[in-house]
Amino acid sequence: MSQGTETHHFRRMIAIWVVLSAALDLVFYFVVGPHVPPGAMTSSAGGAQFDFNVLFLIAFPVMLAVWVYWAYALIVWRGSRAGADEPEGGPKARGHLGIQIGWIATTTVIVIGVFVFGTVELVAPAGAGGGEGPSPIWTPTSHDVLPVQVIAQQWEFTYRYPTFGGFETSQLMIPDDTTIAFHVTSVDVIHSFWAYQLGVKADANPSEDNVAYTTTKQLGGFTVRCSELCGLWHGAMYDYGRVLPKSQFFVWAQSTERQNAANTKDLPPFAYTYVPDANGANGGLYPDNVDQYSKVEQYGATNPSQ
Amino acid sequence: MAIDTRESIGAEHSGDASPPASGRRRPGWLGPHAGRALVGAVAGYAVGHWIGNVIASGYINVQGSGQNDVAIVLGLSIGVLGWLAGAGMLDYPLAKVVGREPLPPTPSKSWTRYFGPALDHKIIGLQYTFVVLLFFFTGGLMAMGIRTELLNPTNHVFGPGTYIALVGEHGTIMMMMASSIVIGPLGNWLVPLMIGSRRMAFPRVESFSLWIFAAGYLVILSALPLGGFPTGWTGYAPLQTQATGGMDSYLVGFAVIGIGMICAGFNLLATIINYRAPGMSWGRVPIFVWSILATAALLTLATPTLVAAGLFGVLDRTAQTAFFVNEHGGSSYLWQNLFWFFGHPEVYIMALPGFGIVAEIFPVFTRKPLFGYRIAAAGMIGVALLSFFVWQHHLFQSGINPDMRPLFMLTTELISIPTGFIFLNTMGTLWKAKIRYEVPMLFALAMGFNFLIGGISGVFLSDVPVDVTVHGSFFVLAHFHYTIMGGLVFAFFAGLYYWLPKMTGTTMNKRLGKWHFWTMFIFFNLTFFPLFLVGLLGQPRRVFEYAQNLQALNDFSSVSAFLLGASFLIFIANFVWSVFIDPKPSPANPWNSLGLEWQTPVPLPAYNFARIPVVLADPYHYGRGDSQPVADLGPRTLVLSGAVPPDPSIGSEPDAASGQPGATDPRPPIA
Repeated sequence: MSQGTETHHFRRMIAIWVVLSAALDLVFYFVVGPHVPPGAMTSSAGGAQFDFNVLFLIAFPVMLAVWVYWAYALIVWRGSRAGADEPEGGPKARGHLGIQIGWIATTTVIVIGVFVFGTVELVAPAGAGGGEGPSPIWTPTSHDVLPVQVIAQQWEFTYRYPTFGGFETSQLMIPDDTTIAFHVTSVDVIHSFWAYQLGVKADANPSEDNVAYTTTKQLGGFTVRCSELCGLWHGAMYDYGRVLPKSQFFVWAQSTERQNAANTKDLPPFAYTYVPDANGANGGLYPDNVDQYSKVEQYGATNPSQ
Repeated sequence: MAIDTRESIGAEHSGDASPPASGRRRPGWLGPHAGRALVGAVAGYAVGHWIGNVIASGYINVQGSGQNDVAIVLGLSIGVLGWLAGAGMLDYPLAKVVGREPLPPTPSKSWTRYFGPALDHKIIGLQYTFVVLLFFFTGGLMAMGIRTELLNPTNHVFGPGTYIALVGEHGTIMMMMASSIVIGPLGNWLVPLMIGSRRMAFPRVESFSLWIFAAGYLVILSALPLGGFPTGWTGYAPLQTQATGGMDSYLVGFAVIGIGMICAGFNLLATIINYRAPGMSWGRVPIFVWSILATAALLTLATPTLVAAGLFGVLDRTAQTAFFVNEHGGSSYLWQNLFWFFGHPEVYIMALPGFGIVAEIFPVFTRKPLFGYRIAAAGMIGVALLSFFVWQHHLFQSGINPDMRPLFMLTTELISIPTGFIFLNTMGTLWKAKIRYEVPMLFALAMGFNFLIGGISGVFLSDVPVDVTVHGSFFVLAHFHYTIMGGLVFAFFAGLYYWLPKMTGTTMNKRLGKWHFWTMFIFFNLTFFPLFLVGLLGQPRRVFEYAQNLQALNDFSSVSAFLLGASFLIFIANFVWSVFIDPKPSPANPWNSLGLEWQTPVPLPAYNFARIPVVLADPYHYGRGDSQPVADLGPRTLVLSGAVPPDPSIGSEPDAASGQPGATDPRPPIA
């Protein structure tokens, strides 16, 4: 009798679980999936959206397995029900080797699967938009990489374009259909450059060149926020950028280079990191480690295809 | 068991101390207590501050800055010493140093003994309960402040300075609280009872850990008059080096709390390893004690890194060293690595005791043995070991060596396997059970619900490509509130409702308890679930301004947070009413539990056990066809000496399973 009721409970749970999981996964994939942040504006954003979807599709059945079981148990085996008698004790209730091994095997397979998936999704799209530090090991295949330097300081971002004479601006414009290398650095405390719709995030450390790659796919505006607490006005450290058509971008870049030529001369020469003036008082900046990291791009040697 | 039970007999408890033979006595109000400690703290701060001004006022970095970090650090440090001296923590060692017999504790049976130094782990446990709740409600009020500011994306209730100070204080106070919320009150109170001991291994160290923990509360609050600290609870340098005086409170405060955590940790380790009663083999130790063992090991091994990192920070700010200053050869990554090398084991310090409580409570309210006892214990040890190898997942986007990231993604995801064992245990225990929905069981069930959401969202965070979007966003915030508040704090309340009848001898009102549970559970989820969405939609943590389109979700969360705060008023009312105003004596074993702690008499004598019990079985022999007494509470001397094996039929008038053992045991305690 007990064997019979056991399989009976178990079958019911499995049936409920399969139906709910399939329904939730399907609804999520088709209804919510295409709208999952951060969108598909760049390769890394699209990759993150895909990864989110895959993880959700794995997570829902796992969570439902626990919740369906709990809900079933809490209703069916409540002590207040009619005819509730003392449950069976003894060794059988204390553990079941097969169930325990099965549990460990299942969770291990899921975890290893998630790990392999995550690693592939990190390595194949050149770091998936995350900061890879000064010497990236996963680099884009494209040779037309546009370097954009992001300089964070309390409490604003500025951007330098070494391909265009190293001018510095508070506007972040990038061309469409181009691989961008963001070189993120800071001149004071730790910040984090989070271009939300681009799927890019890289901490800005002083004296550190943190490189993140992405390839733009769609035109439009995006938000930049500082996502590492950097002091009093951290909450107000945000910015907007635009992905422009290539031709418009070059018009903008070249005209800004001309307009800013006088200012650019006064700036420290372009470098990957900057340290504050040793005298401190006037806030000037010196380039730091100018030639230390140049494995990836020879800046200015090749422009992105025009 | 080769345990010398004679050692366990000499429990030193203030209640039984005879007056000193010599004439060296002092009036009670001059003796050590919280008031004297406060006076000592203020005097110590004044002295330290004065010394700091004398020695450092000529420093270039002090002149004209308006703030002297040397004076603040010395003031706080000597203030803590003054607090400890006032609390009588230094009496014993100082007396020993000068070769005099230390003054015995002032004998007292009155309520005032809860405000002074104690050697009885039960008094210290209740003192811990009070201090931990003080931390919790202070931090909670600050959370209300944070949510008030976030009601509107652009209109501000507080200035950015006040807001950032509140964020930092809330985070730090809650982390300090959470590191001790179970270890302190329940660990200290229950572990000796659960392992059949009359005392903790080091009662003075236990008392010291409590008083220095309380000092940490004052030190971290002292940041507010000093201008707060702008770094949040993570204290990242170089912002830390740049910050004003409140930062010193943070660094000294964490170091002070860290010392308390180390003391509490190794005391529990020593107690659990050495003070188990005869027969309490590792296979019979209650699962709660296993969780405390794993947690205590983490406290002892991980916390020194925090204290060292805090010292580096203090030196950077006072002696102008450059541990964290890139331009002078230090590294901003050093703090991140040191902090998270402590910080990630700390995360499991805040999870494991919750698992222990839940696994302890489930068998009682399902009337079934714990499913997979060994795997539960092994899981806790596994989590504790792995937790030292995951810390760099906090640095995924920071620019660390990129090939480290798959490795730390792997270790982080692997830790979910032993963490998942808690679900195997609880689900196995629920199978064909007889579930009683008492208040502790409701909280334990809610812990499972919340922790699943917290744990699964943690797997999202461990995935590096997904972490690019969610790192540093409200998604992280929702994740760790689900694990710490939804997991640990719910488990703590489960434990409090479960063990409070034992700890205070009074019954809490069940109806109010259920009201507390349902309001807390519903509003907790309504507060924090929307924050997952807020994070996914692009709101970074610790901001006071956010995108207009996120206002609806933020407001929903804020209003729920206020109601969540209000749910604790029900708890406070229930607690105050049933413990102080109208105490109703509790039955000796209200839940009909087999745990050894429930077999002790009511009221519990200071020495816990009239005779050291001989443990016969683990406390999970529930269910049909399995009724084994957990321990023999009146063992004969021959059994103790090992000459004859313990026999359940001998001297078993205190029938352990009946729930009324030893209460009427006429035999005097072994003197």
